[in-house]
Amino acid sequence: MTLAVLLIVLPLAGAILCFGVSERAAKTVGLIASLAVLAVATLLAFEFPAWTTGAFWPNEEGWKLFTAFGVEFRLGTDAVGVLLIVLTAVLIPCSMLVSFSAITQRQRGFYAQFLFMESAVMLAFLARDVILFYIGYEFTLVPLFLIVAIWGGHDRRPAAIKLWVYSFVGSVISLVGFIYLAAGHATDTGTPINFGVQTLVEYGQTLPASTQWWVFLAIMGGFAVKVPFVPVHSWLPLAHGEAPTAGSVVLAGIVIKIGQYGALRFAFPMAPEGALALAPFFAALALIGILGMSLVCWVQNDVKRLVAYSSIAHMGLALLAMFAFNVVGMEGGILYMVNHGLSTAGMFMCIGIMYERYHTKDMEVVGGLMQRMPIWSVFMVFFAMASLALPGLNGFVSEFLCLLGIYTADAGMKTGFPGILGPTYAFLAALALVLGALYVLRMLQKFVFGPLREPSHGHGGHDSHGPHGHGNHAAHAIHDLNFREIVAMAPLAIACLVIGIWPKPILNVIEPCAANVVAPYVKLIERDLANRPRAAADVDAITATTAPTAAKGAIQ
Amino acid sequence: MNTMTPAILAATTNLGPKFMLIVPEAVLFVGAVLCAVMGLSHVRAFRALVPWVAVVALIATFATMLKVWTPEAATAAQLPMPMLGKYIIALLCVVGVGHVLASIGSVDRAVERQVASGTGAFDPVRVIQGEFYAFILLSLCGGMLLCHATDLVWLFLAFELCSLPTYVLVAIGRGADRSMEAAIKYFFLGAMSTATLLLGFAFLYGATGTLELSAMRESFQMQAQTGGIGSVAIVGMLLAVIGICFKLAAVPMHFYAPDVYEGASSPVAAFISFVPKVQGFVTLIVLLGTVGWSANGDSSIPPVIAAVLWMIAVLTMTLGNIGALLQRSAKRMLAYSSIANSGYMLVGILAGPTIGIDATLLYLLTYGVANLATFGSLAAIERNGHEVDSIDDLAGLRVRAPMVAAALAIGALSLTGIPPLLGFWGKLDLFVASAESHQRTLLVIMALNSGVAAFYYLRLVAMPFVQEATPRTQGVSPVPSVWPRLSALIFAAGCIALPFFANQLKGEAAAAARTDLDKQATVAQSVEK
Repeated sequence: MTLAVLLIVLPLAGAILCFGVSERAAKTVGLIASLAVLAVATLLAFEFPAWTTGAFWPNEEGWKLFTAFGVEFRLGTDAVGVLLIVLTAVLIPCSMLVSFSAITQRQRGFYAQFLFMESAVMLAFLARDVILFYIGYEFTLVPLFLIVAIWGGHDRRPAAIKLWVYSFVGSVISLVGFIYLAAGHATDTGTPINFGVQTLVEYGQTLPASTQWWVFLAIMGGFAVKVPFVPVHSWLPLAHGEAPTAGSVVLAGIVIKIGQYGALRFAFPMAPEGALALAPFFAALALIGILGMSLVCWVQNDVKRLVAYSSIAHMGLALLAMFAFNVVGMEGGILYMVNHGLSTAGMFMCIGIMYERYHTKDMEVVGGLMQRMPIWSVFMVFFAMASLALPGLNGFVSEFLCLLGIYTADAGMKTGFPGILGPTYAFLAALALVLGALYVLRMLQKFVFGPLREPSHGHGGHDSHGPHGHGNHAAHAIHDLNFREIVAMAPLAIACLVIGIWPKPILNVIEPCAANVVAPYVKLIERDLANRPRAAADVDAITATTAPTAAKGAIQ
Repeated sequence: MNTMTPAILAATTNLGPKFMLIVPEAVLFVGAVLCAVMGLSHVRAFRALVPWVAVVALIATFATMLKVWTPEAATAAQLPMPMLGKYIIALLCVVGVGHVLASIGSVDRAVERQVASGTGAFDPVRVIQGEFYAFILLSLCGGMLLCHATDLVWLFLAFELCSLPTYVLVAIGRGADRSMEAAIKYFFLGAMSTATLLLGFAFLYGATGTLELSAMRESFQMQAQTGGIGSVAIVGMLLAVIGICFKLAAVPMHFYAPDVYEGASSPVAAFISFVPKVQGFVTLIVLLGTVGWSANGDSSIPPVIAAVLWMIAVLTMTLGNIGALLQRSAKRMLAYSSIANSGYMLVGILAGPTIGIDATLLYLLTYGVANLATFGSLAAIERNGHEVDSIDDLAGLRVRAPMVAAALAIGALSLTGIPPLLGFWGKLDLFVASAESHQRTLLVIMALNSGVAAFYYLRLVAMPFVQEATPRTQGVSPVPSVWPRLSALIFAAGCIALPFFANQLKGEAAAAARTDLDKQATVAQSVEK
């Protein structure tokens, strides 16, 4: 419990400390604070006893601050949460490292915002009470808004405002769902209001299907903005396009993961019937996102926006796999969160480092950088391949599991796990893989390989940079990555490689958590099938979920 | 007087317990008189002490209240809601101190400067500081006295004691033509609303034959058992609600708010965006308590009144928020925000006594604190010696007045409802209240409204912290007096620190929302038998 509290309090203290030191020292203080958090997170990971059980730990109640509101200060998380906590703790110092030379103004505020954000994110991942989660989830908005609005690119203000309004409305809609559920629980049982996750999950599953439909729509609808799903996605490319490098890294690597984490932790367990009923709707949205955004990527010349759009497509696939409601799909979706966090963060770092040197993100203007910055190019190609799901890298494992889960989630298939998705969905989603290969390779071909193209002296014509003056790069030669930048990116690359080559340990810890989420669905789908004429055979097929497990074993 | 029971007779004849309870208000009244007199003193040091007399008076009131306001004393005085007064007096005292601090140095500045530099002699006719603080205290006093009301006459007198000084404050606070215009607008519309309220009271009297709240409640209960509450009473109640709406700045009586706030000086605008709201909600709670709320929790306001309140709540929050979106003046924007916040608080009223009233009372507190942090910040800066009004004046404020900028941003974020700031807990409570009372539509409308509000409050964060200074903001600087700044800062700190005491605050609000009307009615019946 001490470690969990420390994870929340330490970054907060660091942030306040940042304001107390000089402008020059802020980066050091920020980095040290975030490294301390990383140390605590590592300790937590070592202390964590429930790696293979899917249980929540420490799951203890701390300060009784808000009990009158039915809010328990209860912290605890399962293996998935620990993975995301470690991911957060790694990404924050890395993103600070790449900002050392890029951020020249208002540094105290900059590093403090990252620590504020880290504290809020940790709270969201640790909370066992929906309001506590909401506090962390909603509070990330303030630092994120400031990071984009103050240190962002040329059009940073509209981007930041859009980010703010979309996310705020989205999270309030989720909040309405939570409150509706909690108020229903209080009225039905005659107890005082209680926002504990466990209480609400147990209560939500007893509700009639029509009520669950609304509850799921509200909670998931809110998270859909953050993930983001297609009709409400337009804030993300804009925010990514304008955010400073570190902001993009954190946004793509951590903040949008809270949306998916929320779906996994709250929306799916609290309203399974609603989720099943609405799955076709959300699956369709996810597919539109996957295919549509992949096509958009194909014609993007702004590399940063390309990665932003591609991450909408990727998150769509991860969510689609979760909506398959079988263990494999859920597992794939969860692993996708981690993998996408690593590879996309890496790509954003590469692009940011390039932008710092050339002040443009337009691949029509700059290209063939292999000749100028070979080390940089190695990283760029590596992360791009990881995101493309090249076998041997992490992306492949999760993407394969996702597609496997979607493919087998068909009521008609005796080998698989029934659900509403099936080969059609898997086929359409796989189509996106082809498109993904197309746009990533197109980007690499123009951007990394091919003839060297560099912007001429007056580089401002294509992409005007922010107000924080950068030196004229033409005056001094473009140099390759320095040690600091390599140190910032190497951990991510190593993680990508390790998960890609040896995914078994991480899959083993994810599996029980995925099974927990899927558990209520197994019964529901069994019930649905029992009502069908050819039930018996299918039920056998469901209960023996050997086929997907065997297939999964093949890649381990 | 068909329902004149011995218990009520006792309440009207035995005034001892009631006098015990108004000692705090008496202290405050003495403070008001002292302020008025000292403001005219020839000794400059005495005049400078006036705001501090007001502060001390408020603190003394608070302390006295803690001493005299025990549950036993309140029950002995047969108040309809025994602990409401404790909560409201504490709230008005604490936030009142903030208002007093925020206004230090805003009145009589030119005169005092002349006197100090020796270019002008002191002339009692030209100074208004004494009256200014006396009226602030009197208005607060009126708000506190509302909680003692056991009959409509007392309710009305306290209501007017709270209202009348605010008209004067608007007129004298700034010394500009615009504030005169604002004061006249405020006064005439206020007079009209008071007339409406009084007409409503007359109807209620006509329908029940009594001015006593508890007797009126008995009469209503009897009517409800024998074929429903009569239309005269319903009309009376509706008229009273409409009259109160003026104080809440709620639809349909909200039109004055932006003009009046803009015309008034910032500290006065802060004052009239909070104290009249407390006044209005206390009156509303006390009045609606007579028509059918019972202690066992079912909110049985007559359907017509509930429907009207529902519409008022929805229209108020929606129009308020949409209006705020369109403003370029910070004060007008906050005026619309104050309209919208009244709409939210009405949701708690609709939810009924056990689940909603405490939410409304808690929200009054969260709103009062955050609102003062925001308005106080505006009062703490000036542009070339004039009040800051346009939102554009706030650009780059973090460089010129970092503390004020921080207070402004924290206040605005708290009003937005960003957790874990104080405003969030108030909103959460109202959301829960509407969900628990099965007002689902209202819950969704409220959520969407707070989404709209997030957009315009954001300007108060973005302007000082994100926007760079412009030539226009060259002249922006903190006001000479340090106290407005400190007041804004203290209350901004309150937005951060008070959530740690959320349990206690909620407990006090819940205690305040408890009503004794039913108990009194039972006692009265048993005595009759």
